[in-house]
Amino acid sequence: MVMKVYGSVLSTATMRVFAALYEKDLEFEFVPVDLRAGEHKKEHFLALNPFGQIPAFEDGDLKLFESRAISQYIAHVYADKGTPLVCEGKPMATVGVWLDVEAHQFEPLALKLRRELLYKPRSGMATDAAVVEETEAKLAKVLDVYEARLSQSKYLGCDCFTLADLHHLPAMTTLMGTPVKKLFGARPKVSAWLADISARPAWAKVLAMRNQQ
Amino acid sequence: MVMKVYGSALSTAAMRVFAALYEKDLQFELVPVNMGAGEHKKEHFLALNPFGQVPAFEDGDLKLFESRAITQYIAHEYADKGAPLVCEGKPMATVGVWIEVEAHQFDPVASKLQWELVFKPLFGMAVDAETVKENEAKLAKVLDVYEARLGQSKYLGCDCFTLADLHHIPTLSNLMGTPLKELFEARPKVSAWAADIMGRPAWAKVLAMRNQQ
Repeated sequence: MVMKVYGSVLSTATMRVFAALYEKDLEFEFVPVDLRAGEHKKEHFLALNPFGQIPAFEDGDLKLFESRAISQYIAHVYADKGTPLVCEGKPMATVGVWLDVEAHQFEPLALKLRRELLYKPRSGMATDAAVVEETEAKLAKVLDVYEARLSQSKYLGCDCFTLADLHHLPAMTTLMGTPVKKLFGARPKVSAWLADISARPAWAKVLAMRNQQ
Repeated sequence: MVMKVYGSALSTAAMRVFAALYEKDLQFELVPVNMGAGEHKKEHFLALNPFGQVPAFEDGDLKLFESRAITQYIAHEYADKGAPLVCEGKPMATVGVWIEVEAHQFDPVASKLQWELVFKPLFGMAVDAETVKENEAKLAKVLDVYEARLGQSKYLGCDCFTLADLHHIPTLSNLMGTPLKELFEARPKVSAWAADIMGRPAWAKVLAMRNQQ
């Protein structure tokens, strides 16, 4: 039975899971969830994710949710397929640190900026310039830490591409379509890292899925 | 060389790490960080955690930060010591889901409430009733999901106590000292689970550390 991903090609969290599946060259079926129709709050979807959020995931009898738990499952169970997503002989603990950095230091700021700069205008609401300024300043400090880290390590977790890098791609790609891109551009190591991970063939496949919608 | 935890016995994130170390019966040294004096923003601490937050952790040459990355390192590296923190023969993937749930569904809301109801009064700051009301409603919905989950599973991740439960304890314990305890007590499965995990000997040791401060 083929793995199923329930979600949306426009959802950063769902895109995280697609990216992991493509990195591992795994077959999967995408089951679209109609967010506008509130499908994610309906009984049949809540059976897959009781928090009513996308993505949800099935591999045989195993049902999972939370994109980073799904991607880590994929990386672990299919360790011998596709991209390694680990550094041979290096402690996974350091990758674990930077997985949490993405989740706790980077993403909250990235999503706040996305909301102000993309979502609010789209729904006819005014961007709060003060929030943008404050959040950009915080993101700049986070990226300063990334700049220092990437001067010591080729990728965030270690010298190989891992989930610690991959998890950034959806939100970061979105921000690169806004004025926030200047923050990335101003930092050479961050800029090079971002260009490198954005150019991965697996990520191109995720973007192709999105562009087909 | 003994493991070191840099932080404060009053920090819920640091307490997560202490709890894991006590569960594993591991020796460690607490290196206090004087946050009131801004020590966590100084050079020597930034070398341990470039984001300037507690806790930071050292095991020999390995330096880690982000409390949940540290606990997962401890649980993995010292798998054969102390409490198992896994369910034999059960997929770790489901524990992974509920570790993410604590981090992304419970903690953001619970931390906001903890700040308003526990820490602000300590610092003589005024409680924001709107924020409390808004987040209380959100926490109630999260706990409804927990109630259903605990109707199917003895602990959140599986039928054994794991990090998915442990990560809740510090903030949960703080909230149980506020009127919000009603939210937990109104839900029988959640109430029993909360009492069970807060009743663990390892947690009593963490509280003893805090009471000595």
